[in-house]
Amino acid sequence: MLNNVKHVVLVLSGKGGVGKSTISTQLALALKEVGYQVGLLDIDLCGPSVPYLLGIEGSEVYQCEGGWVPVYTDSTKRLAVMSIGFLLKNRNDAVIWRGPKKTAMIRQFLNDVAWEELDYLIIDTPPGTSDEHITVMECMREVKCDGAVIVTTSQKVALEDVRKEITFCKKTNINIIGLVENMSGFVCPHCDDCTNIFSSEGGASLASVAGIPLLGTLPIDPKVGELAGKCTSVFSALPESRTAKIFHEIIDRITNK
Amino acid sequence: MATVPENASHGCPGLESTDAGRASACAGCPNQSICSSGAVGSQEDAAAQLVAERLKEVHTKILVLSGKGGVGKSTFTAMLARTLADKYSEQNFGVLDLDICGPSQPRMLGVQDEQVHQSGSGWSPVYIEDNLSLMSIGFLLSSPDDAIIWRGPKKNGMIRQFLSEVDWGTLDVLLMDTPPGTSDEHLSSVSYLKPTTGKVGAIIVTTPQEVSLLDVRKEISFCKKMKIPILGVVENMAIFECGKCKKSSEIFPAKTGGAKAMCKEMEVEFLGSLPLDPLITQKCDSGSTFAGIKESALVVLSQICEKIESYKNN
Repeated sequence: MLNNVKHVVLVLSGKGGVGKSTISTQLALALKEVGYQVGLLDIDLCGPSVPYLLGIEGSEVYQCEGGWVPVYTDSTKRLAVMSIGFLLKNRNDAVIWRGPKKTAMIRQFLNDVAWEELDYLIIDTPPGTSDEHITVMECMREVKCDGAVIVTTSQKVALEDVRKEITFCKKTNINIIGLVENMSGFVCPHCDDCTNIFSSEGGASLASVAGIPLLGTLPIDPKVGELAGKCTSVFSALPESRTAKIFHEIIDRITNK
Repeated sequence: MATVPENASHGCPGLESTDAGRASACAGCPNQSICSSGAVGSQEDAAAQLVAERLKEVHTKILVLSGKGGVGKSTFTAMLARTLADKYSEQNFGVLDLDICGPSQPRMLGVQDEQVHQSGSGWSPVYIEDNLSLMSIGFLLSSPDDAIIWRGPKKNGMIRQFLSEVDWGTLDVLLMDTPPGTSDEHLSSVSYLKPTTGKVGAIIVTTPQEVSLLDVRKEISFCKKMKIPILGVVENMAIFECGKCKKSSEIFPAKTGGAKAMCKEMEVEFLGSLPLDPLITQKCDSGSTFAGIKESALVVLSQICEKIESYKNN
């Protein structure tokens, strides 16, 4: 399993809609930008967002001798992507599956994708601590996994679910690389006043209570939101932004620089 | 092997037995009347019957769904429940939190330190108002750090228990908050609700961006496939108004026309837009009532209450 992959990083959160997929795609693009060979595996089977976020919806996956050939984002072939989204005929199609079928699919994704040589494989997950997570965690016992980046927002309702995800990682011996607090503060484009729509600093206090590193605090930046569908890294599109600066720090942490 | 329901009396002869419902151990068992009617076939049928029996006095069951996480399903459910209970004070309402791995309702409704009690007639839900009660797995956890690390079948067992063993009393409407997706929780709750008397319907929540609409289309396909009537779609976090300069911004821009355009495309009703109001997020964190939030939100909520009321009565 994943024999050609040097490092595996999971992106987790107990809560939905906090930005796991946005952060997964931006991490993958950023690692590619700084010169690594990167893979991105989307195991959110009921709500795959990665193909849309990278603007590669409608791409097809085909079989070769070594397994499924992932979708490459461009001709340099430095970012390979696999998602159930590529296997659906219509983008409105629902994947109405119970746990065992989801587990089988994820095992297939981990075993049968012909990734070639990868420096980093980022795995984007759905919210929760159930079938998908248990399956990945079991598979990570056979593979060298660097650990998990946990994403949260600052609201108490999100933090409460994220605490459960931290417990999950601790119970299943998954190393926690750190916590990213997303959507913290929105700067009004009209008057520059900052509103903490989803509260603020909750992530920092959770990180210190749980004893895990805080990797960074990302603001709500509609310009980053606009990168959805464009396959462009914040490094090249918005090099001066706070988001880009924080992604540099996260990448340094992941690559141990 | 004999099939014994989880809530059966000690000494249950098993559902397949010819003594089912007639053995001496059956006296006082909550399932006695069903078992003795001989209508019970398999365990799944038995469970569905127990649910139907328990929810006999619950008229309308509304699932709050979204393919996408974090769009405000729980917030909307809490706001809707409070508005319904306030607007129709002579009726009774319940909220069932089906999000097993990430229950949010106890906090949002301000009862996170409460516990549920088991009595002869089942689990007693926690009362938020005289006419509003709640059941959530959150009440069964000893610490907020406790994680429910369960695969599907165990989650399904929990949902079956919630549907068949909570003593709601008579309810006009039971709102069911769900986790994101189209998987175990959704399939189980729908299959248990199908044979019940009264009405079942769904309200779908989304945010305006395409990445959310994409998953929500899948949820609409799910409802259509499962033949669950969709009351409509609510768009949440639509507009943000700066507290300082009062100008509006689209934080989650509707590049593809937002929920309205999607509703037209998928042929479902658009129920209205709720603004992104920091006061709402604060009230969710503190579990207080939603008094004082933006007028536009209150108007939309009130209209949706009326929609549910007319769905219930027609």
